[in-house]
Amino acid sequence: MSDEQEVKPDKPERKIMTPEEREAKVKAAAEARAARERAKAEAGGGDVPAPEAAADGAAGATPERKVLTDEEKEAKVKAAAEARAARAKAKEEAEAAAAEAAPKEPSHNQPRLDHAIAILKEKIAEDVVEESSINENNNHLPTLTIKNEHWYTCAELLKHDPEFQCDYLRNVSGADHETHMEVVYHMVSITTQHEYCIRVKTDRDQPSVDSVTPIWQTANWNEREIYDLLGIAFPGHPDLRRIMMSDDWVGHPLRKDYVPLDSEV
Amino acid sequence: MIRTEELLLNVGPQHPSTHGVFRIVVKLDGEVIKEATPVMGYLHRGTEKLAEDLNYTQIIPYTDRMDYVSAMTNNYVLVDAVEKMMQLEIPERAEFLRLIVMELQRLASHMVWWGTYLLDIGAMSPFLYAFRDREIIIDLFNELCGARLTYNYMRVGGVKWDAPTGWIDKVREFIPYMKKKLVEYDNLVSGNEIFLQRIIGVGKYDAQTAIDYGLSGANLRCTGVNWDLRKNEPYSIYDRFDFDVPLGTNGDCYDRYVIRMEEMRQTLRILEQAIEQFPKDGEIMGKVPRVIRPPAGEIYARIESPRGEIGAYIVSKGKAEPYRLKFRRPSFVNLQILPKLLVGETMTNLITILGGVDIVVGEVDC
Repeated sequence: MSDEQEVKPDKPERKIMTPEEREAKVKAAAEARAARERAKAEAGGGDVPAPEAAADGAAGATPERKVLTDEEKEAKVKAAAEARAARAKAKEEAEAAAAEAAPKEPSHNQPRLDHAIAILKEKIAEDVVEESSINENNNHLPTLTIKNEHWYTCAELLKHDPEFQCDYLRNVSGADHETHMEVVYHMVSITTQHEYCIRVKTDRDQPSVDSVTPIWQTANWNEREIYDLLGIAFPGHPDLRRIMMSDDWVGHPLRKDYVPLDSEV
Repeated sequence: MIRTEELLLNVGPQHPSTHGVFRIVVKLDGEVIKEATPVMGYLHRGTEKLAEDLNYTQIIPYTDRMDYVSAMTNNYVLVDAVEKMMQLEIPERAEFLRLIVMELQRLASHMVWWGTYLLDIGAMSPFLYAFRDREIIIDLFNELCGARLTYNYMRVGGVKWDAPTGWIDKVREFIPYMKKKLVEYDNLVSGNEIFLQRIIGVGKYDAQTAIDYGLSGANLRCTGVNWDLRKNEPYSIYDRFDFDVPLGTNGDCYDRYVIRMEEMRQTLRILEQAIEQFPKDGEIMGKVPRVIRPPAGEIYARIESPRGEIGAYIVSKGKAEPYRLKFRRPSFVNLQILPKLLVGETMTNLITILGGVDIVVGEVDC
């Protein structure tokens, strides 16, 4: 499996650690421990009611412990929540410290991603790529966020440019991120087997992304489905109708604020 | 002069050869199709919407109901996506069990296709042959997980049930039996003159078109494109086994038929090796947290189902439920080429071509 292959080369490297690396790691661990202790102390000392309630219960008769007053209960809940938050914070700090100590090795796909960005910037526009990253869990998939207005020219380039040749559009998905809508394209080149994930963001009130059906026929029904379930318009689509829901359906079910309309009520 | 009139005909939604509730509106000029418009959504259950309120383990039974003749592969694509996100390790025995059930499922699914395809074309008995032998696989699954169609067998991190005593031996005995039966199938049908006339050169398209339409599985390979995710992007433990990917040249219904028949033989080859290497003991569940919460992020996992590339796109916000779950269903994508193929064909070829695409409506509508 490709995942295993990617993990394996890391292992031997981890064993032969340079003294500096080891020191950094030890330091990070110590810091993490300190952060955790600090968090514990904060959770315990910061809010007195919780331990007090426990002490009360221990000192008095057992039934008392059962009949906690509302305030006590509240305090307990609050203390627990604070402790949880502190724990999460400590964990975060530890992770951050660890990340600082040992900078992550760049993915083997990083050069390909950089190259892709360079080509897009050169051939389309300087601001065509909004964000880019490597999705490590997903076979180190190069992921690019393309500016909405450049999407169509970018798609043409991705399919026809000899550097990309992404002739196989394997999946088109839409997602409602509450702050914005997003259409995600997964494409691969049958010849080079290079895969890319392209995300196009769009406004939530008037969602619209250029249709790529003229470029990849397979986008046709996929775009209809996204239009149907999320309400994203695809200007340039030859036949943008609902596909899953009936034609007189009101609303777009996969939107996060969707409320089913019952005309009888 | 004969006056002709165009006829608008609804094929389906309840028509036996549409393999479920699926409708095609055809405009006919005599017997020739002028235009075909597929209408779907009759079986739309909103799996993707339902999944947003369910945790990952609860979604698994819903995947069974998408492609209901190949539930095991559907199970796998979901758990595979979650496992990749969480970077879980799967015990060896679980991997083997998964692979064995997936390949048995591929066999069962192709047998349903073979039987019903010939039924569509007009041969009754192959259907009975196929379902007789498929019953053995279904019984094996029943013994393994207690269900005949909707298995709910796989879990994030492994599988739910270990193989009962003697189960592996039963699979081992089944392989030579099935090999003999495949010869019988070929003798019964594959060389039949009438059958060949019905499928050779029907529903033809080239590799460029197939790629453009995003076809996958036998629908893509019949044009000669060597694209099988088990080989190209190996998942599970497929890279350990030796098997061939049959390819076609003409891209017609005949090639699709030959490829699926050959795929059954290759599946038996994989099964033979898997049974041979099956670990004697071991865990069937890996170390999995009590509540499955993949880290925030997204993933697109895909595998080769009997119908093509099935994929799961998950957006996680670090909660126990997916923020967004999208399935890439091969039946839905493969079906897109249908209106293009049908123009200029006769009404009888509609059935042949639709059957050759091999759709499951539960998956088209999801």
